[in-house]
Amino acid sequence: MSSNKKYWRSDFELNGDSKVIESLGKDEFTEDLPVVGFYEDKNELDSSNASRRDFLKWVGFSTAAATVAACEGPIKKSVPYVVQPDEIVPGVANYYATSIANGYDFASVLVKTREGRPIKVENNDSAKVLGGANARVQASVLSLYDKNRIQGPMANGAPIEWDNLDTAVAARLNALADSDQKVVLVSHTKSSPSYNRLVALFAEKYDNFEHLVYDAISSDSSLSAFEQRYGVRALADYDFSKADVIISFDADFLGDWQGGGYSKGYTAHRKPENGTMSHHIQLESNMTLSGSNADKRIPLSQHQQKITLAKLYNTLKGQDASGGSDASMDAYVSAMASKIKAVGTKAVVVCGLDDQMAQYITLAINEMIQSEAFDTNKPRYTAQGSLQKWNALLDDMEASRVGMLLLDGVNPLYNSPDADRFQSAMSKVGFTVSSAFLNNETANASTFVAAASHFMESWGDMQVKAGFYGLTQPVIRELFDTRQFEACLLKWAGVEESYYDFVRQTWETSILEGSSWNKALQDGVYVRDENVSLSRSVTEADQELSAARSLSNTRVNDSELVLYAKTGMGDGSQANNPWLQEFPDPITRTSWDNYLTVSKTDAEKLGLVNEYVANGGLDGSYAKLTVGEQVLENVPVIVQPGQAVGTFGLAFGYGRKSGIQTEMQTGVNAFKLYLNNSKSQQVKVEKMSGMHEFACVQLQRTLMGRGDIIKETDMNSYLHEDAAVWNKIPQVSLDHQEVPASSVDLWDSFDRSVGHHFNMSIDLNACTGCGACVIACHAENNVPVVGKREIRVSRDMHWLRIDRYYSSEESFEADNEKKEDLDGLFGSNGSLGGFGELENPSNNPQVAFQPVMCQHCNHAPCETVCPVAATSHSRQGQNHMAYNRCIGTRYCANNCPYKVRRFNWFLYNQNDEFDFNMNNDLGRMVLNPDVNVRSRGVMEKCSMCIQRTQKTILDAKRDGRAIKDGEFNTACSAACDNGAIVFGDVNDHESEIAHLKENNRMYHLLEHVGTQPNVFYQVKVRNTEEA
Amino acid sequence: MRTNSNQNLPVLNHIFKTALVFLVFTFAAFAQDTAEASADLGGDPTAGKQLFNQNCAACHALNRKMTGPALANVETRLSEDEGLDKEWLYAWIKNSAGMIASGDAYANKIYNEYNKAAMTAFPTLSNADIDNILAYTAAPPPAPVAAAAATEAQVVVAESGIADELILAILALVLAVLVIMLFTVQRTLKRFAQLSGVEIKEEKPARTPIWKAFIQNQFLMFVSVVVLLLMSAYYAYAYMMQVGIDQGYAPVQPIHYSHKIHAGDNKIECTYCHSSARVSKHSGIPSLNVCMNCHKSIYEYKGNPEGPSKEDLANGYTNEFYTNEIKKLYKAVGWDEETQSYTGEAQPVEWVRIHNLPDFAYFNHSQHYSVAGVECQTCHGPVEEMEIMYQYSPLTMGWCINCHRETNVALTDNPYYEKIHEALSKKYGVEELTAAQMGGLECGKCHY
Repeated sequence: MSSNKKYWRSDFELNGDSKVIESLGKDEFTEDLPVVGFYEDKNELDSSNASRRDFLKWVGFSTAAATVAACEGPIKKSVPYVVQPDEIVPGVANYYATSIANGYDFASVLVKTREGRPIKVENNDSAKVLGGANARVQASVLSLYDKNRIQGPMANGAPIEWDNLDTAVAARLNALADSDQKVVLVSHTKSSPSYNRLVALFAEKYDNFEHLVYDAISSDSSLSAFEQRYGVRALADYDFSKADVIISFDADFLGDWQGGGYSKGYTAHRKPENGTMSHHIQLESNMTLSGSNADKRIPLSQHQQKITLAKLYNTLKGQDASGGSDASMDAYVSAMASKIKAVGTKAVVVCGLDDQMAQYITLAINEMIQSEAFDTNKPRYTAQGSLQKWNALLDDMEASRVGMLLLDGVNPLYNSPDADRFQSAMSKVGFTVSSAFLNNETANASTFVAAASHFMESWGDMQVKAGFYGLTQPVIRELFDTRQFEACLLKWAGVEESYYDFVRQTWETSILEGSSWNKALQDGVYVRDENVSLSRSVTEADQELSAARSLSNTRVNDSELVLYAKTGMGDGSQANNPWLQEFPDPITRTSWDNYLTVSKTDAEKLGLVNEYVANGGLDGSYAKLTVGEQVLENVPVIVQPGQAVGTFGLAFGYGRKSGIQTEMQTGVNAFKLYLNNSKSQQVKVEKMSGMHEFACVQLQRTLMGRGDIIKETDMNSYLHEDAAVWNKIPQVSLDHQEVPASSVDLWDSFDRSVGHHFNMSIDLNACTGCGACVIACHAENNVPVVGKREIRVSRDMHWLRIDRYYSSEESFEADNEKKEDLDGLFGSNGSLGGFGELENPSNNPQVAFQPVMCQHCNHAPCETVCPVAATSHSRQGQNHMAYNRCIGTRYCANNCPYKVRRFNWFLYNQNDEFDFNMNNDLGRMVLNPDVNVRSRGVMEKCSMCIQRTQKTILDAKRDGRAIKDGEFNTACSAACDNGAIVFGDVNDHESEIAHLKENNRMYHLLEHVGTQPNVFYQVKVRNTEEA
Repeated sequence: MRTNSNQNLPVLNHIFKTALVFLVFTFAAFAQDTAEASADLGGDPTAGKQLFNQNCAACHALNRKMTGPALANVETRLSEDEGLDKEWLYAWIKNSAGMIASGDAYANKIYNEYNKAAMTAFPTLSNADIDNILAYTAAPPPAPVAAAAATEAQVVVAESGIADELILAILALVLAVLVIMLFTVQRTLKRFAQLSGVEIKEEKPARTPIWKAFIQNQFLMFVSVVVLLLMSAYYAYAYMMQVGIDQGYAPVQPIHYSHKIHAGDNKIECTYCHSSARVSKHSGIPSLNVCMNCHKSIYEYKGNPEGPSKEDLANGYTNEFYTNEIKKLYKAVGWDEETQSYTGEAQPVEWVRIHNLPDFAYFNHSQHYSVAGVECQTCHGPVEEMEIMYQYSPLTMGWCINCHRETNVALTDNPYYEKIHEALSKKYGVEELTAAQMGGLECGKCHY
C-alpha cells in the first residue's frame, strides 16, 4: 500500500513555486565547477575537436612514455672545488660562534654550517648571559635565504652600483658640512661597542652629525626610570635563580621582556628536588608565558596594576595603603607584602608597565628590600631607544633642519605610530639612505636603499650587559651584492679599513685587555668584571613619594588596549619568515595571524564570538578598534581565558605589506595604535560583520579533568606525601585484580639491555612553552611549511607540538575533583552537564604546557598496523620510519594514541602550488642534507633525531672511545635552554637520563594504554602554597 | 695515434718503415753526441740522472721551466751568460738561502724571478755528485730502448692485424668457391638425370601439418601458454628488477682520468685523493688543487718503462693522449705552464657521477672505511685496474644487507665496542658478531 504523503525538504519545495527548487533539480552544482586551465575557456573547449578517444590515447601514450623514461636514470654531475678550503670537508659540519643583535633579539649562538651553508642555529652554552636562542633566533637562519631580500643597492627603486651610492652620499655629506642642516643616523638598539666607536668617529669628522636610537617596541619608560634614579640610561638586570618570591607586574620575563633570556635562571629555581622553589605571582592583563607558568596569576587591567603597585610600595614602606580608588586589591597587596617580608632579600619585584613612575617605584621597592636578584651595577643594554629624541627628530625634520637621514635597519613607516608624520617629514629631508633587508615601507620611500647583509654575513659585536660581550662573525659570504651598514659608514667616514679590522681594533684596544682575540672569536663571548658607576639623585625620597602618589591616582580606564609581542613574531622584523608565521602561538595555538584577545565577559557584552566550523577550523568575529584618531578595522577576535576584564590584547609584528610575500601578509598592524610608545591605550571596541577564519591547531582547550595527561601537584604534597598519592600509576584489571598498567603486557618485550637505549625526559616544571624547540625541530628535520589554508584543516606538519591546556575550574586539581564527583547522568553533578562545563576554560585558568612528539613506544601501536612494515622498532629505542617504504595508508596515524604522526597530503617541495622556502632554490639551501625531504603520500614523524644519535655513535666509534653522558642530544633537547628536555642513553646507568627515569616525578603519557613509551614526563609541581 | 687504419695497408706500412729507419738514425746520432759530451765534463751522466730524479725533478726539468728554471746545459749557460763558474753552482745548490742572504746578485735575481720560492738546500750532495748531475744536464743519456720498442710494437701490431685479415679473406674465398662448386655439381647431376629419363619425385606429405596438430592439441596448447606466461613473467621480473641498477655504468668523463695509472701503476693510496672518506659520509671527489700537488711537476705522461701495452695502443691511450689529458687539467685549474703560475681563470670540472645512491638511503664512507676497515675495493671493485672507472657493485639494498649479514664487525681494540661486545656475544653465544647482529639491518639505520 503506497502512501500519498508528500515528503518535502524545505519550505520552497512544499510551496512548490520556487525557481530555486527547479534549478536545483536540474543542476547538481549551482555554480560552475572550479576547473582551471584548459577547461576554463569555454570557447576553446567548444572549438576543440579532440574527442574522448583522443584524450585516452594521449593519456595512454604519456603514461607509457613516462614509464619508459623513468627506467633511465638521469645523468648527475659532480663538481668539486677547484681549490678546496681547508676547513671544509664535504659531509662534515662546522660550527661558528656568533651573535645576533637585531634590535629586538640579542643572543650568543652557534651556527652550524654544511659545505659553507648555514643550516641551523644552536645555543652557545659558554655564554653566561643570553646564550639561548629563542624561536625567532632559531628561525633567523631561514631569513638569510629569504628570496624577497634586497639583492643590491637601489636608487628610487632602480638598481645601482655601490660606487654611485658612495659618491652620492659623499657629495651630500660635503655639501651639508658647511650648512646648518644636520645629518642624522637612526638605528635600532645595537648595544655594540664598535658601533658606538664608529658613530663617534663619524661625529668627529662631521660636526653636524647626530645619532639616535629608535626601537620599534620601546622600553623608554624603564630606561627613563633607571636614568632618573641612577643617572645611566640602561635597564636593571634580574637573576631569578636567586629569588624565592617573584612578583611581576605585567612583565613577561619568560617572554621578551628586556630582551628575554630570563627563563634559564627562573627554571633553575623551579626544581622541586632541591626542596625549595620560587613562588611566582603574576599580575597581568593579557595571558602571557609568564602568567601561564605562575603559581598565582591575578588578571588585572593596567590601571589596577599601577594602583596595586603603589599600594604594595606603601605597605612595604609602612605607610597606609588601604582605600583609594580601588580597594578590591587590598587583600592581595597585604598577602604579597607579607610574602616579601617573609623571605626578605630573597624577593624581587619586576615591572613591565609602560609607565615611568611604575618603573621607578619598582626600582625603589627592590632597593628597599635589598633584593639579591636585583642588579644595577651590571645593567642590561638590550634597549636604548628614546621617545624624546625621536619626537625631537620629527620636529627637526619638519622644520627642515635635517639635510640627510641615514636609517640603519629601522622601518618607522611600518612600526611607528607616527608613520604618516614621518613620511611627510621625510620628503622635507630630501636625501634618505635606508639600510634594509627587505624592500620595506621605509626603504620604498627612501632616496637610496643600501642593501643590508644578514647578521650571518656580517661582523659585529655587542654588549648585552655591562661586562658581558659577544662577537658577531660572518658564517657565509654575502649571498648578494649587499653590505652591512657599518661598512658603509666606515667608507663614508673615509676610513679605508674593513669593519673586521675596526671591530678587532676596538676589542684589542678597549675590551680584551690582553686576552686573545682569536679565543674570544672562537668562543663568541667574552666576560670581564665591569661595573657601571651610578650617580644617584639627591632627591630620591621626594621622587619616590611623588611617583607613588601619581600611581595611586591613576585614572580608571574601563576599556584598555594592551599591546604585546607574540612569541613567534616579536617586533615583526622577520615577518617574511614562513617558519615563524606557521609557528603556533604558545597561548592561543593559532598561527598565521594576530588577533584581539578578549575576555569572556567582554566578549559577551560586545557580542564577539568564536565558533568551531565543520572542517575543524576556528572562526572569530571581527572588531573595530578606535584609539584616539587611529582606527583599525577587521581585527579578528579570540576569546582568551585569563584576559583581564576590561582589557583587550593585540600583538605587534603583523600587518606588514611592503616587500613581503603575499602569503605572509597576515594580520593587522598594531603599531598604528602604539601612541606615545605606550603599550596601554584607551580603546573603543565595536563588533563588525563577518567572521574571520583562523588557523588554530588546538581546539581542545581543557583537559576535562583527565589528570593523567598532565600530572600536577603542589609543593606541599610533593614534599610531604608519598609519590603514589600525587603521581598515581594507572591501574588496570587483570584477572579481576587491579594491577599497575605497566605490569601488564600483550606483547613479548624486546631485550634492550645491550647497546644504547635512548630515552627522553620532559620536565613540565621547566618547560615554559617558549617554542624554541618547535623551530629547532623544524630546521633540523626539514619539516615543510604548509600554509594557513592547510593548517586550518588540521594538516600541520610540526613533528613537535606544545599542547596548552586550561583548567576549567580555578585549578587542574579542582577539575580532577569535579570529574571524580560526577554522579549519574542528570542533576547538579550529573555527567551530561558536568562534562559540558569541563569543556569551558575558567575565566582565570591554570595553564599547563606539554611538549608532545613521537613517544617512541616500546610497544608501538603504529607498528602493528602498518601493512608494509614501513615503521619498525630499533633496539636503540627509536621507532623508525622508512619513508621510501611507506605507501600512505595512514593506518599508523589512526592507531597512534598520541596523534604525533604527520601525513604529507601534498608535495610540499618544488611544487608551484606552494610558495615557501622549499619551493625556491635559495630557500632550499637551509635544508639539512642528513635528513630526507619527504614526498607526497608519505607519513612522517619525529625520529628522535636519529641522524644526530647516529653521528654521535659514529664519532665515538671512529675515535675508539666510549660515549660520555651528555653527548647524545636531539634538536629539541639542545634547543631547550631551560633544560626541560633531557635526552640520553638509559643503559648508561650513570647518565642524567637514567637518574631522571628513576625520579619519583616520572610518568608516561597515557600509561594505561600499555605502549611503554621511551619519552617520559616529570610531574609539574606548583608552589601554590607556602611549603 | 690510433692504429685503426687497416685500409690503405701498403701506404701505412711504408710510413712505419720510414719512421723506423729515421728513428734508428736519430738515436744513433744522439748517442754519439752524448758520449762526446760526457767525456768533456768528467761526470757520470747515468749516476747524474739518478741523482737528478731523486733530488731535483720535483722542481726542475731539463728543457722547460717548472718551479725552478730549466736545467739543460745549466753550467754552460751560467758561465757564458752570467760568468759564473762551477764553484758558484756548488755553493748555490748546497745553500741557496745563504747565498740570497749574502746578497749575491744573480742568486737574488733568480729568487725573485721564481716567485721567491726558496730552493731546498742540499748540503749532503758532494761536489762529485753535483758534477754527475751537471753532466746529466749537459747531456742526458738516451732512453732509446723504450722508445724504439714502442715504435716496433706499433709496427708489429699493425702487421699482425693485416695478416689475420688476409687469412680470413682467403678462407672466405675458398669457402665461396666450394659452395659454388657444389651447386654446379648438383645442377649438372640433375641435368644428367633428366637427360637419362629418371624422374625425381618430390614427396608431398598427406598428414596435417605439425603446427595445425599442435594447435589442435589442447593440452599442449595449455602447457605452452603456461610456459610462455611463466617465462615472460620471469623476464619481465628480471627486467623490472634491474631498473635503476646501474652496475657497470661507466660514463665518459670530461677528463680521461685513469685510476689504473694512479692507483695501479703508481700505487697512490685511495684516500690520498678521496681524503674525506676517512671522516665524512662522502668520499669526495678531489678538488683540483689536490691533483696539482703532483701535476705541478708531472706535466707529461711517460708511460710504463716498457711503453704502452698493446691494448692501450688499440684504445688510443698513447703517451700524447695522456699528456693531453693533463693539459685539460691545467686548463680547468687555470695553470699557466709557461709562467708556472695560476691565472685565476678556473673552469671547474663537471665530472659525471657514477655511484648514485638514492637520497633516501644514508651511507657513510667513514663508517665503513675508518671504523670497519673495509677495503675500498670491496665495494668499488679492482679500481687499480680500471682504465675507465665504472660502478662495480649493484648498490642495491639486497647487496648491502647481504654484506651486513656476512661481515663480522671489527670489535677488537675499539673501546666503544667493549661493553656491547661482551653483552652481545653472551647473548648470541658467539665470539664474532656480524653487523646484522649489531643492529645493522634496522630500517632507520640507513633510512631517515
